[in-house]
Amino acid sequence: MTAPAMGTTKTTHIDVAPKKKKGPGALATAYLVIYNVVMTAGWLVIAVGLVRAYLARGSYHGLYYSIEKPLKFFQTGALLEILHCAVGIVPSSVVLTGFQVLSRVFLTWAVTHSVREVQSEDSVLLFVSAWTITEIIRYSFYTFSLLNHLPYLIKWARYTFFLVLYPMGVTGELLTIYAALPYVQKTGLYSITLPNKYNFSFDYHTFLILTMVSYIPLFPQLYFHMMRQRKKVLCHVEEFKTE
Amino acid sequence: MDAVVFKGASHKESLLAPAPVLPPPPAKRPKAKKAKKAVVFFEVEILDAKTKDKLCFLDKVEPNATIGEIKSMFHKSHPHWYPTRQSIRLDPKGKSLKDEDILQHLPVGTTATFYFRDLGAQISWVTVFLTEYAGPLLLYLMFYFRVPFIYAPKYDFTTSKHWVVHLACMCHSFHYLKRLLETLFVHRFSHGTMPLRNIFKNCTYYWGFAAWMAYYINHPLYTPPTIYGEQQVKMALVIFLFCQIGNFSIHIALRNLRPPGSKTRKIPYPTKNPFTWIFLLVSCPNYTYELGSWLGFTLMTQCLPVAFFTAVGFIQMTVWAKGKHRSYLKEFRDYPPLRSPILPFIL
Repeated sequence: MTAPAMGTTKTTHIDVAPKKKKGPGALATAYLVIYNVVMTAGWLVIAVGLVRAYLARGSYHGLYYSIEKPLKFFQTGALLEILHCAVGIVPSSVVLTGFQVLSRVFLTWAVTHSVREVQSEDSVLLFVSAWTITEIIRYSFYTFSLLNHLPYLIKWARYTFFLVLYPMGVTGELLTIYAALPYVQKTGLYSITLPNKYNFSFDYHTFLILTMVSYIPLFPQLYFHMMRQRKKVLCHVEEFKTE
Repeated sequence: MDAVVFKGASHKESLLAPAPVLPPPPAKRPKAKKAKKAVVFFEVEILDAKTKDKLCFLDKVEPNATIGEIKSMFHKSHPHWYPTRQSIRLDPKGKSLKDEDILQHLPVGTTATFYFRDLGAQISWVTVFLTEYAGPLLLYLMFYFRVPFIYAPKYDFTTSKHWVVHLACMCHSFHYLKRLLETLFVHRFSHGTMPLRNIFKNCTYYWGFAAWMAYYINHPLYTPPTIYGEQQVKMALVIFLFCQIGNFSIHIALRNLRPPGSKTRKIPYPTKNPFTWIFLLVSCPNYTYELGSWLGFTLMTQCLPVAFFTAVGFIQMTVWAKGKHRSYLKEFRDYPPLRSPILPFIL
């Protein structure tokens, strides 16, 4: 660093040019629009499937079987969203997105699919309905945002419905895992015992209990994060509206 | 009257006073070659980087004062912000200035404005290292000696019947003892401190993995290597020892690059010690040897948790090695191009 000119009393101000947010390119935007439209449609199919099955049977019981295949397909498809973040066409954190998607996929495959006995539980319907409504709103939100035509209603729904749907989904998930516990213990599902060649053991039953416990610190953090987002997004819009 | 007295006085003076001895003619003062430098003191104001509040105003700061000295002065007015937790910068969002930076060499006027950011509670690197390494050493031994409440009561205070388990305990303990001694006597740290929360993070990692590995290796139902048996264990031991010596050699070589108490950075080169010849191909051979040691230990114990620990450690060390390699390239224009960060030619 060269010596400063003597006599200057003002410090040099570093120019902070306004940072232009680099959005996805035209091709990426087109792909994302298609992706989000397809996902919205997929979850609508699940929603319609649930309603039709309910009307046909006349009870809430055992509706899982009517939407099992599209649920597995579209929930697993959400894994692509991790890729979107990793590649950079979506500005979210890979870790956060990965965590959210993997927990959904875990519940779909490692709990509900793997433990047949819980599939007829009502708790499954609880989280499936919560997921369905949430995802329909979320994917249509993204679709409209990408097309720069976001109706206020969708934005409002996205940041308001979660207040009920989030706890509803979590309750359904926890009850389902809890219901699976005795069957996992009895059959030793996904568990490895000693002795074995690789000197490793894994108790899936204990793992599921630890998963349930992990909801205690994680759920409030995510919930309050969404509430803060809600304040930021919805209150600012109101400010502009009053101007 | 006065005038007379006055005159008289002067007269008297001239009578009483000795004949004025004329001072030697003043030697011609050579015209001063350098203009006498007026010391221009600096004024330093320190603002909070986020709120821009004026936190401290220091006047009469020497132009050759270092940032470290300014931090000490700031600490006097704000005793809870000791120097190691202060980040002083020219720009609120800019990089931290170094303690060695000198005030008058910075692009500031005679009234310097600095921005302050609190780095949070700090803890010394030495403390963190000693704590995170003492844990695995002690925990592993607890599992080795089968302290109660870990395994079934009938196994309390027994030892494994497999000789490889005793060997593994010796290797593991040697490794962490070596690390502790290196922390105390070998390493020369660039930074004095790190954020306090790191000690919890680091200890969870080291202690957690050590307990997990030790549980299986010292388990009554432990199965010694079956694929190639005794040959495998002997080979693994050779790899382990080779890499331990290599790792130590690199630590010594890096220490010798830096005089005591300094923070200089130089390009490391191979020395007379053959274990350092790997510097020809790799920027961070200490990590290469560390990976080798743990691969050896994995082979020796044939234990999946050890393999996981090796894998996770490898990923972390690769991240560090790449960062170090990048900063070497940035700092030294003549950095040897053949070198890779951690694995020769590969990574």
